Amino acid sequence: MARIIVVTSGKGGVGKTTTSASISTGLAKRGHKTVVIDFDVGLRNLDLIMNCERRVVYDFVNVIQGEATLNQALIRDKRVDTLYILPASQTREKEALTKEGVEKVINELSERFDYIVCDSPAGIEHGALMALYYADEAVVVTNPEVSSVRDSDRILGILQSKSRRAEMGQDPVKEHLLLTRYNPDRVDRGEMLSVADVEEILAIPLLGVIPESQIVLNASNQGLPVILEEESDAGQAYEDAVARLLGEEREHRFMSSQKKGFFSRMFKGG
Amino acid sequence: MSFFDYFKSKKDNRTASVAKERLQIIVAHERGQREQPDYLPALQKELLEVIRKYVQISDDMVQVEVDRNDSCSVLELNVTLPEK
Repeated sequence: MARIIVVTSGKGGVGKTTTSASISTGLAKRGHKTVVIDFDVGLRNLDLIMNCERRVVYDFVNVIQGEATLNQALIRDKRVDTLYILPASQTREKEALTKEGVEKVINELSERFDYIVCDSPAGIEHGALMALYYADEAVVVTNPEVSSVRDSDRILGILQSKSRRAEMGQDPVKEHLLLTRYNPDRVDRGEMLSVADVEEILAIPLLGVIPESQIVLNASNQGLPVILEEESDAGQAYEDAVARLLGEEREHRFMSSQKKGFFSRMFKGG
Repeated sequence: MSFFDYFKSKKDNRTASVAKERLQIIVAHERGQREQPDYLPALQKELLEVIRKYVQISDDMVQVEVDRNDSCSVLELNVTLPEK
């Protein structure tokens, strides 16, 4: 039986796909058989972030509708050989993801993989509900910004009422907060919500803090999951988050600013 | 920031505390609504119609809430009548 992890947020543009790519790559790098599914039917992008956009032949909807087998649709990652990608359809309607169809695919994947990572679309509509329905755990990606925090709280409410675990009266979906685009300098200046602020409002355990970094855009430009930028702070922060997801204790890093000296502030600015 | 800017008084940009306060209020409010049963808006609407047969009141003068405790739920109905 695989552990099913949904990466969700409510709000768009906060880093769900970036996070899905890094978490799935991180799990696979540790030898776990991992598949990452793009649930964003009509606006698929995980393939680009994972650098396999030219290898997509069949997709998730083709498998649900019996037009292709799972083996035909799964794309094996070229960097980490225990990692597979199941791309979303670019042309179909979102409603093509039926509850029964998704369940069938997830059950089949569950027999072959250790981890199933579901990359949710933004919003709280059908695609997002399907992505979270079968989840055992949820990584709630949040920016330290008012609309993102509010939407995350909304998604937490949905996880607690509309997931399969909630409907069946099982143990609740395990929730994790992943704070992304965090800028410790701005937090120090009182311009940005701090980790503690967001933790206090959402009241769920902190999985990690990913610092705002130029590396993220550079990595997506090349179709490289950020976690493979092993020298970078964002890459290491994702590595820590994956370790914590697997139950390791790791101290949080990159949460405070590098103090600048008097001279560098005077002459370099900022 | 240039050399001279360093000595200028800076505009106060410490807005994070405002964000936190606003979020705490809206999130608490929305969580309260989330726990309310689905039928509440319809119930409120019908109650309004019944009361309006006798007294003219505006939409916001009927408040309906459900308070859940461990052992029981209480339907709280608050009707404000207009001043004579």
